[in-house]
Amino acid sequence: MKYDSIFAVATAPGRAGIAVVRVSGPDAGTALRRIRGEELPPPRKAVRSRLRDPATGEAIDGALCLWFPAPASVTGEDVAEFHIHGGHAISAALAVALGRIDGIRAAEPGEFTRRAFEHDKLDLTEAEAVADLVDAETAAQRRQALRQLDGELGRLYDAWRDELTRALAHVEAHFDFPDEDLPGELMAAAKARISGVLGAMSAHLDDGRRGERIRDGVRIAIVGPPNVGKSSLLNALAGRDAAIVAETAGTTRDVIEVHLDLGGFAAVVADTAGLREAEDAVEREGIRRALANADDADIVIVMFDATAAEPATGIERRLLGDNALVVLNKIDLQSMTTPLEIAGLHALEISVKTGEGLDRLLDAMRDCITDRFAVGEAPVLTRARHRAALEECTAALRGAESAALPELMAEDLRLAVRALGRITGRVGVEDILDLVFSEFCIGK
Amino acid sequence: MTTYPDMKNYDVIVVGGGHAGCEAAAAAARIGAETLLVTHRVETIGEMSCNPAIGGLGKGHLVREIDALDGLMARVIDRAGIQFRVLNRSKGPAVRGPRAQADRALYREAMRDVLAAQLNLDIRAAAVKDMVFNDDGAVKGVILDGGETVGARAVVLTTGTFLRGLIHIGETRIPAGRVNEAPSIGLSATLGRIGFSLGRLKTGTPPRLDGRTIDWKSLVLQEGDNPPEPFSYLTDRIVTPQIKCGVTWTNQAVHDLITDNLHRSPMYSGQIDGTGPRYCPSIEDKVVRFADRQSHQIFLEPEGLDDHTVYPNGISTSLPEDVQAEMLTLIPGLEHARMVRPGYAIEYDYVDPRELCPTLQAHKAPGLYLAGQINGTTGYEEAAALGLMAGLNAALAASGSKPFVLDRADGYIGVMIDDLVTQGTREPYRMFTSRAEYRLKLRADNADLRLTPLGIRLGCVSSVRARQFEHKCAALDLARETTYTLKAKPHELARFGIHTSQDGQARSAAQLLGYPDVDMARLAEIWPELAEMPAEITIIVETENRYAGYLRRQDADIAAFRKDEALSLPGDLDYSSIGGLSTEARNKLAGARPATLGAASRIAGVTPAALVALLRHVRRDGARMVN
Repeated sequence: MKYDSIFAVATAPGRAGIAVVRVSGPDAGTALRRIRGEELPPPRKAVRSRLRDPATGEAIDGALCLWFPAPASVTGEDVAEFHIHGGHAISAALAVALGRIDGIRAAEPGEFTRRAFEHDKLDLTEAEAVADLVDAETAAQRRQALRQLDGELGRLYDAWRDELTRALAHVEAHFDFPDEDLPGELMAAAKARISGVLGAMSAHLDDGRRGERIRDGVRIAIVGPPNVGKSSLLNALAGRDAAIVAETAGTTRDVIEVHLDLGGFAAVVADTAGLREAEDAVEREGIRRALANADDADIVIVMFDATAAEPATGIERRLLGDNALVVLNKIDLQSMTTPLEIAGLHALEISVKTGEGLDRLLDAMRDCITDRFAVGEAPVLTRARHRAALEECTAALRGAESAALPELMAEDLRLAVRALGRITGRVGVEDILDLVFSEFCIGK
Repeated sequence: MTTYPDMKNYDVIVVGGGHAGCEAAAAAARIGAETLLVTHRVETIGEMSCNPAIGGLGKGHLVREIDALDGLMARVIDRAGIQFRVLNRSKGPAVRGPRAQADRALYREAMRDVLAAQLNLDIRAAAVKDMVFNDDGAVKGVILDGGETVGARAVVLTTGTFLRGLIHIGETRIPAGRVNEAPSIGLSATLGRIGFSLGRLKTGTPPRLDGRTIDWKSLVLQEGDNPPEPFSYLTDRIVTPQIKCGVTWTNQAVHDLITDNLHRSPMYSGQIDGTGPRYCPSIEDKVVRFADRQSHQIFLEPEGLDDHTVYPNGISTSLPEDVQAEMLTLIPGLEHARMVRPGYAIEYDYVDPRELCPTLQAHKAPGLYLAGQINGTTGYEEAAALGLMAGLNAALAASGSKPFVLDRADGYIGVMIDDLVTQGTREPYRMFTSRAEYRLKLRADNADLRLTPLGIRLGCVSSVRARQFEHKCAALDLARETTYTLKAKPHELARFGIHTSQDGQARSAAQLLGYPDVDMARLAEIWPELAEMPAEITIIVETENRYAGYLRRQDADIAAFRKDEALSLPGDLDYSSIGGLSTEARNKLAGARPATLGAASRIAGVTPAALVALLRHVRRDGARMVN
């Protein structure tokens, strides 16, 4: 049986000097040739190369590359290794470039190990350790997938899955219970569902936001009462004036985002409207969005003003969870005699204006990210898999639309549900049968 | 082997003479095992205790597969069938299912005939009250009611609903395996002693009517196919006279009566705790769960040519007898119908099928095989298929040969057994075509092509069938070659109304069969020799080409699937000693004891990480089935 080629970041993500990206399979050599733009290097010899995305010509990184032809490799297949500089943006760019090469895809959890096993390359004493790692990876991926799937996107995918599952249930009922008294329009209704999902899914895939999403990363929200210096902090972090900063309270009415690289992780820092009792409808909407943004964030920087009479008032308690960093700004104007503690969280004292304490804040943010996301894979890989699954799903749905026979339509529909199930969770035959028996009165 | 003083020895003893028991006994005897079939009463061998019909979607596929391995069911129903219909004829071949109604007496008679003709098979009327085991837990024989011990290398239990069977008719409860037949209490205790995890299921049956008291003239009548299509690949044509069935409907008055008496239905009064099937609801269930329906369909199926009993398919019930009688008076056409015997619900014990290996041998008792409803299935066809496989494997084990296991890509039999032994079941398990992921390949028209070669290699197929199969294969090869070689160009095709793009490229008959509106009959207008092709060959060639792209993709899926199936896990693997498994995965795996890495991956709760942890315990098993 022919294998396709797979790639994965072989080192733990996070802040490390070097990250290793490994490609295994028959197209590993092609990948190495195309990314380096040169012929294959001699086997097992590290060579310095400049990596480029073969599709765009864009430079990715200067890296060490290694070529291990089969069978003398970790998986027993052809293997290419790219030792790139640590940092999420670089491995993400390489992942995108690799994903564009025909026959290469992001590895599923455990897949490298499985291939090593199949080629008798697995050191069996290590299998348990590997299993632990795969488990951790899977868990991290699930958390990541959940995070991405939690919001609107998750609801969208779930709705598609429900639609397709229902369509499949109707088609299957139509086959398996021909003597039952089923509604006559089952097939037509299933076809309508297929077209509906296909349209929506195609539009979703064609939205052109792909590049923007690749820049996505850990979500950080800055919240706090008006005029405590949230926008200034964002600007300080970004090194440019991204948000409007003004002395008037309530200037930032919408959510402004800046993309940063923090400790090797892509981060999206959002500046939000100041939280207070607002009278103006526009501002109230800004505050609602601020809170929603904080709820979705991986890290919430809760900011207070040291010069305020009662700095710690006017903040919602729910924002002070275990992902909160409490920050007290403007200590250049008002030094604190006793350290401020809010909800048991010790406040970091900073001055955005003088830069005092900013290093400590950055360290704290990095620690927080590393703690929470040290194991796991770059979101870009999760998304690459999602995209691949959706593309497979739409292809199958197109097949279902044009299938000449009802059982062939069902076959395509089943493949579509299977592909989507890789994102939303497997849909088993029992799920289908449950729907059939709950919707239709079947049985004699 | 240990010998007991008064022990007479067989290779295989089959306990039970239902559909599973008959197939098991015949299959074991076919491959040469000295076999004994023990059943309560010889007269009830081949009894259809519920619906007098065989086949349907998924079930019909099973019957064809049984036939492909030279089993009995198809040949027997071909003799006993009084109305044959291929369901879904308007849809494609993968979702067509043959079905036939049976004359119950003819069915029993035909079954007794084929068993009587079977070499190596003894039949004995007796009750089995216990089994004999040696010190390491392997089964060594059975103990009959009179105390006599009969030794065997392997025992197949096919006790159906007889294990602690309890019939419910309204508030009345009768311990019974079937109406008027005593349940098996002793064996239930034996199974409990072995430590099997037992569950409780229920199923039901409708009242039976006297056909002479039904007003047929007022009813819609349904005829079978003409000519009827046989089940068995060996049957040329059906000679048994064919009958019509009636169709009637329940109405609001019936529903009101049921609603008023729900408290007297054991299902609703809490008297029954077994789980019933979702797809075979009682009329009480239908009325409660689908309260918005004005009526429910009832098929009136005569139980035989010389038998006036009619089976009203669709009103299975356990309401009290007086309510059943009153209900009938409210149904059009049945106003004056006499109830021959009331419907009932029956509860019975079953063994969690995860206690079994894919050979249907119990993990906990070597030499003991279970088949039929005792494994949690429902239906004659499911029982027969399990019986066939258990009988073959019991005989193979008795002679020290390799087991015979079908996988999910071989047939519906493989799908069913894999479902049962890896997932278990919480309701009576019934086959549906939707359970088969390789449905396009696993068709009723090609069961012999899929399985008969395996059966020939195994030695369970008669020489008559083997010879006929060879002829069919030769005819099929010729037909395939013909359709590849016959070619025509677009302008020639256009003359016959077949429109292709005018690219000057000749297209073969095979390619043209891939077009939605082209079939062999159409092509025979161009190439008259195609009309000579036998119907059974035509359907296969048409389907292979119509499904071509899909079948190629499915073959790739099957190759991937079989890669995992070739990695076998030891049956005695101690899951508690494997590191890297979550508690959930460990419990699920220990419960099901999957035979292969592939089977392990199908168990819910077993993650990719768990599979990696299992890899080190895997044995590469090149020997799939009997090669």
